[in-house]
Amino acid sequence: MIPDDLRYSREHEWARVEGNRVTVGITDFAQHELGDVVFVELPDPGDEVKAGESMATVESVKSVSDVFAPVSGKVVAVNDVLVNEPEKVNDAPYTDGWMVVIEMSNPRELDDLLDAEGYRHLVEAGGH
Amino acid sequence: MLRALGIGSVDELFANVPPAVRVQGSLRLPPGLSELEIERLVGGLAARNASTDRFVSFLGAGAYDHFIPAAVHHITGRAEFYTSYTPYQPEVSQGNLQSFYEYQSMICTLTGMDVTNASMYDVGSAAAEAALMARDVTGRNTIVVSDTVHPEVRQVIKTYMDAPGVEVVQVPHVDGVTDFDRLRDALARREVAGVIMQHPNFFGCLEPMSEAASLAHSQGALFIASVDPISLGILQPPGAYGADIAVGDGQSLGMSLEFGGPYLGFLAAKQALLRRMPGRIVGATVDAQGRRGFVLTLQAREQHIRRERATSNICSNHALNALAAAVYLSLMGPEGLRDVGDLCLQKAHYARELIVHIPGYEGSFWSPFFKEFAIHTPVPANEVVRYCAQKGVLAGVPLGRFFPGMENHLLIAVTEKRTREDIERLASLLAEVGAHA
Repeated sequence: MIPDDLRYSREHEWARVEGNRVTVGITDFAQHELGDVVFVELPDPGDEVKAGESMATVESVKSVSDVFAPVSGKVVAVNDVLVNEPEKVNDAPYTDGWMVVIEMSNPRELDDLLDAEGYRHLVEAGGH
Repeated sequence: MLRALGIGSVDELFANVPPAVRVQGSLRLPPGLSELEIERLVGGLAARNASTDRFVSFLGAGAYDHFIPAAVHHITGRAEFYTSYTPYQPEVSQGNLQSFYEYQSMICTLTGMDVTNASMYDVGSAAAEAALMARDVTGRNTIVVSDTVHPEVRQVIKTYMDAPGVEVVQVPHVDGVTDFDRLRDALARREVAGVIMQHPNFFGCLEPMSEAASLAHSQGALFIASVDPISLGILQPPGAYGADIAVGDGQSLGMSLEFGGPYLGFLAAKQALLRRMPGRIVGATVDAQGRRGFVLTLQAREQHIRRERATSNICSNHALNALAAAVYLSLMGPEGLRDVGDLCLQKAHYARELIVHIPGYEGSFWSPFFKEFAIHTPVPANEVVRYCAQKGVLAGVPLGRFFPGMENHLLIAVTEKRTREDIERLASLLAEVGAHA
């Protein structure tokens, strides 16, 4: 599933843009590849993040993966619900499984992200 | 076997080794010996070592002559336990995994902490790993260690902190315990990740752990307690006074002295630090048929999953010694452990009382102690030890070796094994040394 109204990174994060803020999570493809998510480690509100750098980690039964910031800025909110209910990342990756809200420092970085069509091609080509 | 392999001789197995690097001729070894001759030879060599069987030991400083019930060796000596190597696969190692799980549960109960791993090599590496945990959790780069932490543990911590460039600040002692003013000072001057204190400390004295924990927390640092597990039968456990991490050596729990090891490191922590803990962790679960079983869990901390971002490179434990500790604790139970602690306490205090009344001898410190205490000797402690050793008594550990200036101080440990006769014998030997001084 690849919602049309979102932007996507090549690392399988999605971004929902609202004004100068971006809500970020991982895609349905990513959660499927990971398997059952057992733990999510999120940054703290106030932390600065840089586009392309790791800002969180997702732990499944078989691996640990980085979640990369799709844009640079400051973390203004994190989804605390995931601390006790990490499975929401699997069940609702685009809604209840959201991870971080970033206040952008450079909105032009959005141009570097893929649209739904572009992401669809990436996934069909194997995801890399 | 040669026939099965289809070769003519053993030499053919080495065909891939270039002739230039092969040994020519034969190795200069003496002729082979029979089993009987070897028994005699090795037995003779071993007899040159003394053990606590032949000497009355008052040695301490981190390794103690405690009683080991026969059942401990009987169970650890079972081939299933004794010969298994890295027994972590759930398909074939349920017995071993269960024993680690039981060990973990007991350590948590004993220390009052929430979680622990399947054991580590020794208290030194456990303390160093705890320091790294504190650094990771707080993001700060300074560790404060009291001088009353075992000197060799402090050395290991320094070695570990060197490569990642973590600053180690030492706090001196006064009257055998941590100088609290200097501790407060050290915490005020820097952003400290963790404070490490030992209780009872290296001198055997009791430290104000509760106040130290509060102080550390007030400055945003973690509090790491290094404890003697056998003291937890009567002393407050780390969980009760606010330690974030508890470490120590389980040698007292059923392991003989063995010239310094292997012993048993443990590391226990609060629930929130679970994912930062190094080492193997065993968990209880159910299999596909709903039957209870045990597995390694939370492996995403470990290097075979996370590689360079693993919490540590530790990927093993001291399985056989952890089993020994589990057997010891099961046999003793809370009441037995309290009895052991009580005996150590009473006997050590009886010994000190006797000794400080010998002319020429004084207590080194006034601080309260558990099973170990230091005394000031009329002649260098090394001489006292030498004299007593000739008479079959290991009088204690001379402190000059660890603390320059303390050459006339002797650290004496009294465990539940020491009888009144043993203690009075020590006292009379000390009196003899004093009389000749």
